[in-house]
Amino acid sequence: MKRIDLQYDLVVIGGGTGGPMAAVKAKERNPQLKVLLVDKANVKRSGAISMGMDGLNNAVIPGHATPEQYVKEITVANDGIVDQEAVMAYAAGSFDMIQELDRWGVKFEKDETGDYAVRKVHHLGSYVLPMPEGHHMKKILYRQLKRGRVEVTNRVVVTRVLTGADGAVNAVLGFDCRTADFYVIRCKAAVISTGAAGRIGLPASGYLMGTYENPTNCGDGHAMAYHAGADLANLECFQINPLIKDYNGPACAYVTGPFGGFTANSKGERFIECDYWSGQMMLEFHRELQSGNGPVFLKLDHLAEETIGEIEHILHTNERPSRGRFHEKRGNDYRSEMVEMHISEIGFCSGHSASGIHINARGETSVKGLYAAGDCASVPHNYMLGAFVYGRLCGENAAEYCDGRNPLAVDEDAVEAERARIAAPLGRGDGLTPFQIEYKTRRLVNDYLQPPKITRKYEIALRRFDEIREDALQMTAANPHELMRAIEAHSILDCAEMAARASLFRTESRWGLYHHYVDFPERNDADWFCHSLLSKGADGAMSLRKKAVEPYIVAIDEQERTAYQRLRVAPSAAAA
Amino acid sequence: MTIAITPTQAPVAVDEDKCIAEKGCTVCVDVCPLDVLAIDLVKKKAFMQFDECWYCLPCETDCPTGAVQVSIPYLLR
Ligand SMILES: Cc1cc2nc3c(=O)[nH]c(=O)nc-3n(C[C@H](O)[C@H](O)[C@H](O)COP(=O)(O)OP(=O)(O)OC[C@H]3O[C@@H](n4cnc5c(N)ncnc54)[C@H](O)[C@@H]3O)c2cc1C
Ligand code: SF4
Ligand code: SF4
Repeated sequence: MKRIDLQYDLVVIGGGTGGPMAAVKAKERNPQLKVLLVDKANVKRSGAISMGMDGLNNAVIPGHATPEQYVKEITVANDGIVDQEAVMAYAAGSFDMIQELDRWGVKFEKDETGDYAVRKVHHLGSYVLPMPEGHHMKKILYRQLKRGRVEVTNRVVVTRVLTGADGAVNAVLGFDCRTADFYVIRCKAAVISTGAAGRIGLPASGYLMGTYENPTNCGDGHAMAYHAGADLANLECFQINPLIKDYNGPACAYVTGPFGGFTANSKGERFIECDYWSGQMMLEFHRELQSGNGPVFLKLDHLAEETIGEIEHILHTNERPSRGRFHEKRGNDYRSEMVEMHISEIGFCSGHSASGIHINARGETSVKGLYAAGDCASVPHNYMLGAFVYGRLCGENAAEYCDGRNPLAVDEDAVEAERARIAAPLGRGDGLTPFQIEYKTRRLVNDYLQPPKITRKYEIALRRFDEIREDALQMTAANPHELMRAIEAHSILDCAEMAARASLFRTESRWGLYHHYVDFPERNDADWFCHSLLSKGADGAMSLRKKAVEPYIVAIDEQERTAYQRLRVAPSAAAA
Repeated sequence: MTIAITPTQAPVAVDEDKCIAEKGCTVCVDVCPLDVLAIDLVKKKAFMQFDECWYCLPCETDCPTGAVQVSIPYLLR
């Protein structure tokens, strides 16, 4: 393992969506700044938007929605547990970002008058903006990286962020997944934008990489933030999605909803009022599966031929373009048959739910000089545009923070300890394979952590995870690629344990299926109207505490407060 | 204990007549997010080395000669 030493002002970890934006905006703020963008894949095709995206899920566009309305919607959809200031920072920056992306060449759907063609999918307001030609997203970002002269290092897996004696970030460590070279990158600040933790649970197909999220996003960022001492928020609010069964990708109700498609039970009947992905929606989905009315389907077979053609064009060329060949192999034509849907395995993702590395409205984590943006950070329901807006906030604020900072010396003992941890599996000729460790962890996550949550099951899970941690010390890797999988398996174990401990901490039920805790079935606002924060305790173990919800800046009235709790179609309406 | 190998059919196929890796092309290997493709150094052709595919398609879309064909992995097909 060769050691490579580098020095930068700012290191951006993860070059998917929020990461490139952070790097470009940091350079715009200060062109003299030395910025490095590091990705474990290749930024040309990395992350959730590898093949583009078929629409904005949360556009706040004047004339269609106001930032205040949006903050309300997200507050209600999250059962009140939000930092409204942080959601507002997104909403207020949303339209500027859309216009900037438009200038950069991203094509959004517009009507005859040239206005953005916003659609209604959420329960209360209209925020969905289709991008039928959205497959060029990565190319457009790459052009901006070149224009902004951002330096890029691909295929380096970042594993840890180090802090100096003053508690501020001073280095980023990682290794090359092709050569196993060890990287020590000194820096003044870092932005984590490593996406969701999408490999905690096991897809029902049993295929490890058959996940909803891009499987590169396995929770490394959550793990590195934890080990750097940062707070992680509301991890018990899992991400669970309604997906095409087995394919495990979105169908997607956001695309088809505005065209007249909807989620139906096996009788072809609507059972939820609103297809917007929320914990309540997932709970109704789960109930329908349990009720004998399942399976649940996406119903399109009642739509006109030209509408279906349009839907096919969007779904089969964009975002997850292999959807078409999946359906084709099964002979599932949208015209003649409903598409079978299922409930996904669990993950952490603020893009869709509300958990992640805790940040404030400036993108700052609880560690000095450490920022986080996108699916790995805690701002709820941020989606792609939120990753861009927070990427920008992190980039600009980090650039300012770097000004005049002289980081303290790097702790060489910590560097050596990390080098030894990474190198260990390569040196062992014999032992358990990364596949075995990862498979077993994720299988147990499904067995014990998938909601409904039960205390006894969670306690068993924690015991099993401890055993796997012991076993993981015998992992062997035959080459640098397997080494990447071995180190990822440690991140996955960290995330699995975080998911379990955070869930046991919140002794109530909240967020529909996301935290449906059988031992404590009721929502308990008296004791639990608060965030939970998980961090590394003084003893090195995971420690949890409550954090009061920040004072609201947008008031919510009683009628609005319960909007997402009334998702089930009334029986008479369903029968009609 | 020894390590045993369980063979699986790789979901990604490369048409070796079309692949121009011998001329220095590595596009599919470069773009794959999961880093599961490689160039066979003897045959000088691209192939799938690890069965860890997200069926996302950059390899197929970006290949300059149309040599890559991605199928949905059998377990979820
Ligand atoms: C299938 C799918 C469909 C979606 N549909 C929509 C939609 O229609 N509309 C919408 O608005 N949003 C949608 N989203 C959500 C949106 O795509 C995400 O919220 C957004 O792209 C997240 O950006 P990010 O920067 O946080 O993560 P990503 O863009 O995923 O980037 C994370 C990056 O980090 C890198 N990385 C991970 N670990 C490491 C490490 N250890 N070291 C170095 N690099 C690392 C990865 O390679 C990757 O490039 C969808 C998401 C998915 C998965
Ligand atoms: S991109 Fe196509 S031509 Fe190039 S190496 Fe891969 S298969 Fe061969
Ligand atoms: S489909 Fe995606 S994951 Fe599979 S080989 Fe091609 S680029 Fe890699």
